[in-house]
Amino acid sequence: MKAAVIVFPGSNCDRDVAVALHQASGTAPAMIWHGESALPDLDLVVLPGGFSYGDYLRVGAIAALSPIMAAVRAHAERGGAVFAVCNGFQMACEAGLLPGALMNNAAGKYVCRHVAMRVETADSPFTSGYASGQRVSIPVAHHDGNYFADDATLDRLEGEGLVAFRYDNDNPNGSRRDIAGILSANRRVLGMMPHPERAADPALGGMDGAALFTSMVETLS
Amino acid sequence: MPVLPADPVTREPEIVFETEDVGPMQARVFVTLKNGVLDPQGKAIEQALKGLGHDGVEKVRQGKMFEIELADMDADSARERLKMMCERLLANTVIENYRIEIGGQDAS
Repeated sequence: MKAAVIVFPGSNCDRDVAVALHQASGTAPAMIWHGESALPDLDLVVLPGGFSYGDYLRVGAIAALSPIMAAVRAHAERGGAVFAVCNGFQMACEAGLLPGALMNNAAGKYVCRHVAMRVETADSPFTSGYASGQRVSIPVAHHDGNYFADDATLDRLEGEGLVAFRYDNDNPNGSRRDIAGILSANRRVLGMMPHPERAADPALGGMDGAALFTSMVETLS
Repeated sequence: MPVLPADPVTREPEIVFETEDVGPMQARVFVTLKNGVLDPQGKAIEQALKGLGHDGVEKVRQGKMFEIELADMDADSARERLKMMCERLLANTVIENYRIEIGGQDAS
């Protein structure tokens, strides 16, 4: 699998996700600085977690206008896969790759702990290694994970089976309809707040996120 | 750039920029959360105000205000530019509204 992780000023999960990809695929992904304007031929682009640009203005808003993002958008428009975690999910929403927005957590607090989630669909390149309805425990670490979209958008997401993950009676941020992760209409872009790369090695205290990486390697290579 | 006086015969008035007479154009952009969108920071501030003894506080919503100095341009162009800035960056219209003031007049 030809994968690249985009590195923004303030990214801090870029290496973690690179390690998880490397372990799953046997190949290290390219690390591409956000200031670049072109991408090589790729099967997967990763927008990693972190605090790009110090969360100035709105989370992900400045990163969404980084030079590389035009190439990321073009990659997605060609049907290329994009895996957007945490701050990456926030960027993907700001860049229009996914609908909705991530707002302050309802309790006004930063939350850093394992959460119980349900895999809502196995029908995507990212979740094919899970069973629909499977319960998993994956860590979150965010202050702005409160997914918001209007009712019509939420109805469409649910109607088309584009909700990938939902918090399972364990919503840490007040997100609408307990949404933890969503897919784009073509199912090739996944945005999620929890960090599967932090649950993909036994040394990290959990393996529930590992199937996400093996799914991508199997379906996108 | 010096301001050339408009020649009523040879020059169209719309291409005259009264730059140095007016100075840079001032604008203010107010970005606020839409009704119904949860505002935990506003809520915390509301509680803190009540803690100070301000019983009359019914509700607080927090927003942002941007002061922008624009190079010289006519008010219509400024209004269009500022709208584009709001739509592309200053506001996220999924969750926020914006209001533009140019030179003290409301242009939303």
